[in-house]
Amino acid sequence: MSEISNWIDSEVKGNDVVLFMKGTPDFPQCGFSGQVVQILDYLGVPYKGINILTSDDLRQGVKEYSQWPTLPQLFVKGEFVGGCDIVKEMFQAGELKSLFADKGVATQTDAPAAE
Amino acid sequence: MGLRDVMEAKLAAAFSPEALAVLDESHHHAGHRPNGPGHAPVTGDGETHFRVRIVAPAFSGMSRLERHRAINAALKEELAGGVHALAIEASAPGEAATR
Repeated sequence: MSEISNWIDSEVKGNDVVLFMKGTPDFPQCGFSGQVVQILDYLGVPYKGINILTSDDLRQGVKEYSQWPTLPQLFVKGEFVGGCDIVKEMFQAGELKSLFADKGVATQTDAPAAE
Repeated sequence: MGLRDVMEAKLAAAFSPEALAVLDESHHHAGHRPNGPGHAPVTGDGETHFRVRIVAPAFSGMSRLERHRAINAALKEELAGGVHALAIEASAPGEAATR
């Protein structure tokens, strides 16, 4: 594996939820990335957002790593989940929440109500 | 033949769909980070942002990920070239529409 794919691999495996995106969670620079950010925020899932606009090598490396041609890309527990359409469809069907539950990733809606 | 027609022809050949529409939604994205890093030039003139709606028996028994991967593979050249975004709505006949 190249240096960049090693780095991507360690990010994906070292964090429960990783979103490769255009821009940052606070300032998405693409509508599709923004939609995934909104869904993750709505579910209250902690995630690491990685801005692929910072490096051409990173942007190409992510596409090669997942064998998926477009961004954003969501990974949960090291596994590629999909891009914006798939995340949106899974969210609408309630499957995204189940995926997080099955993988042991806490969402805010599972947490006890704040005092 | 425009890019939209090329993509439609490739999808028709690959999946023998019961229903197929390739929509050029580029005009929705005019001024969207034009010429920024990671982007083909986006002018809003067309041929950059597409939506595929496809219903094909080939998709039954395939997961969402598998369907998208199959479509991405059929349009590999276009995605490597000027196509900047591809929204995909893929279903098998008889499935409820996703939206």
